Amino acid sequence: MKKFNYIKKLYYKILRIRKIELEISKRYGEQKMRCPVHLSIGQESIPVSICENLKKKDEIVTAHRSHAHYLAKGGNLKKMIAELHGKVTGCALGRGGSMHLIDNLVNVNAAVPIVGSTIPIGVGKAWANKLKKNNNIVVIFFGDGATEEGVFLESLDFAALHNLKVLFVCENNKYSVYSRLNKRQNSNRKIYKIANSIGVKSLKLNNHDLVNVYKKSENIINKIRKNNKPFLLEVDTYRSLEHCGPNDDDGLFYRPKKEIINWKKNCQVEKYENFLLKKKILTKKILLEINKNIFKEINNAFDFSYKSKFPGKEYIYKHVYKKEF
Amino acid sequence: MKREISFSESVKEALEQTLSRDKSVIIMGLGVDDPKGIFGTTLNIHKKYNKNVYDLPTSENSFTGFGLGLAISNFKPVIVHQRVEFSLLSIEQIFNQIAKWNYMSGGKVNVPMVIRLIIGKGWGQGPQHSQSLETIFAHIPGLKVVSPSNANDAKGMLIASIKDPDPVIFFEHRWLHSIKDQVPKKYYLTKINKAKLLRKGRDITIVSFSYALIECLRAVNFLKKLNINCELIDLRCLRPIDKKTITNSVKKTGKVLIVDNGWTTNGVSAEISSIINESINKKIVIRRIGVYNVPIPSTPSLAKYCYPDDVNIIENICKILNKKIIKKNMPKRRKNLDQPDSNFKGPF
Repeated sequence: MKKFNYIKKLYYKILRIRKIELEISKRYGEQKMRCPVHLSIGQESIPVSICENLKKKDEIVTAHRSHAHYLAKGGNLKKMIAELHGKVTGCALGRGGSMHLIDNLVNVNAAVPIVGSTIPIGVGKAWANKLKKNNNIVVIFFGDGATEEGVFLESLDFAALHNLKVLFVCENNKYSVYSRLNKRQNSNRKIYKIANSIGVKSLKLNNHDLVNVYKKSENIINKIRKNNKPFLLEVDTYRSLEHCGPNDDDGLFYRPKKEIINWKKNCQVEKYENFLLKKKILTKKILLEINKNIFKEINNAFDFSYKSKFPGKEYIYKHVYKKEF
Repeated sequence: MKREISFSESVKEALEQTLSRDKSVIIMGLGVDDPKGIFGTTLNIHKKYNKNVYDLPTSENSFTGFGLGLAISNFKPVIVHQRVEFSLLSIEQIFNQIAKWNYMSGGKVNVPMVIRLIIGKGWGQGPQHSQSLETIFAHIPGLKVVSPSNANDAKGMLIASIKDPDPVIFFEHRWLHSIKDQVPKKYYLTKINKAKLLRKGRDITIVSFSYALIECLRAVNFLKKLNINCELIDLRCLRPIDKKTITNSVKKTGKVLIVDNGWTTNGVSAEISSIINESINKKIVIRRIGVYNVPIPSTPSLAKYCYPDDVNIIENICKILNKKIIKKNMPKRRKNLDQPDSNFKGPF
């Protein structure tokens, strides 16, 4: 049964992130997290699977829906929850909030909400790696909306031109806020094909299957490291909740009911929980234990945040510049 | 005799001397290694430092992001745009990202980076090749903005800007590029937070910067013959503004003419005026002139009215000082106001 150990590991990671996101959703109504949150629920399998294939020194940049990326790369949970609460113990001293998670210790380099904005920054990082002649890979996470930005095309070009070790990951959830893909992009416009035509090899997966994304990205990442060439991976996925906030917004009827139900049936946490139980790699008892531990860790993180201080007024002018005038 | 070189030569010297000391400097921009070399300022640098000079695709917003990626990975990018206007395509990266990263990361990620922006003027540059726009950059917390007016400051301030751990917007005026000044051969730094008192005088203070300052110098030299002694301040830095040098002078003279290098509305001159009002508790006469508040037309027949020249400045100073203007004593308006000097034959 050893051959399934990696699935157990992936499962544990996706479960942990799911539980964290659900807890944020649950506690959001307390109005203690006073910043917008774009929850990753439904889309966690992609960052979990990809980051599992990365080394600590490999780098990631991401966008507004970034909790799962931050956590999958090993970002500090306590600092993330404190950041959401605006506390001075947060990963950005409370200046960034949910949309600016950062953890340099594990090379979560940036998350920003301006769509597409981290794509060139990630490419710049990959360029720096080339100039330094190291073997680090940069993974850039973005959504389908970002591929409508000029910087997406420009960055693909530069990465191809300079043979940079960068993996572009497009999590295609079909919606930019409430605007469906077919209202924004010509049906002949295929994101992965755009990359190909610019000179960046690519692959499209129609499903965010935890194990499949893991296997495919393992192969891709090895190739990038070996061949010094960029790659684009596009994966279809679906967010469970509203674009921004703790609730679902199925009552707004901008997404077809059938589509919502189909993707709900495609839940990767449930799928691999059942799989592992069926293969007897996990028992109900062990599962209960795992859940208990995760719950404890999450509770600790919230307690840490509640007990932490807000930054005082003396922090306002700090860090506008590294070297003050 | 001390060595004299032009502004553009001094920019090039600053880049070369920095590169010889610091291999983390990356010079990047469209055309940095082309046969013209950004008005000579980067000419042939790539031949000696080919690993530090990069021509780029015409993707301003993206390559500014690439620069940010380099800057947070222990490199020091120096980006250049041949006209300020091209940088407008990269405002997203500059304002949202570069200016804010040190702050929004709680001081974890600073951005050592220089963006050189060249302002055009004359020879029919027209509405999109002649804007100053210093004020929109100077508006943003997190950026440092400088605008040297002579070759000596250009070298020292560019070296200091590259060494600075924060992003610096470095303005160059195209009409300054050919003007020579005494510039030491050695490697030196000039502070990027101080104005400079260029001329001492008791009758009135003139505050200006960039190319507008050259017109002020012409005016000040002429007025001296009429026994009017102006105190002339070269701002040099637009963020931060050196309040002390300005207010010390204005307290003494009680009168000030601010000669803006750009449009006056919501401009640098408006800021200087406010600083004086807020920091001095006696009545001060404050007047300002600058570029006409219109897009600059291409035709020389209209463009010549748009910029303040030495004659405008002299007239304004005489008015403030209640000196009668005797027409025949006034200097003649220069003939070709669309050329920096007769050697300039275009095209840009």
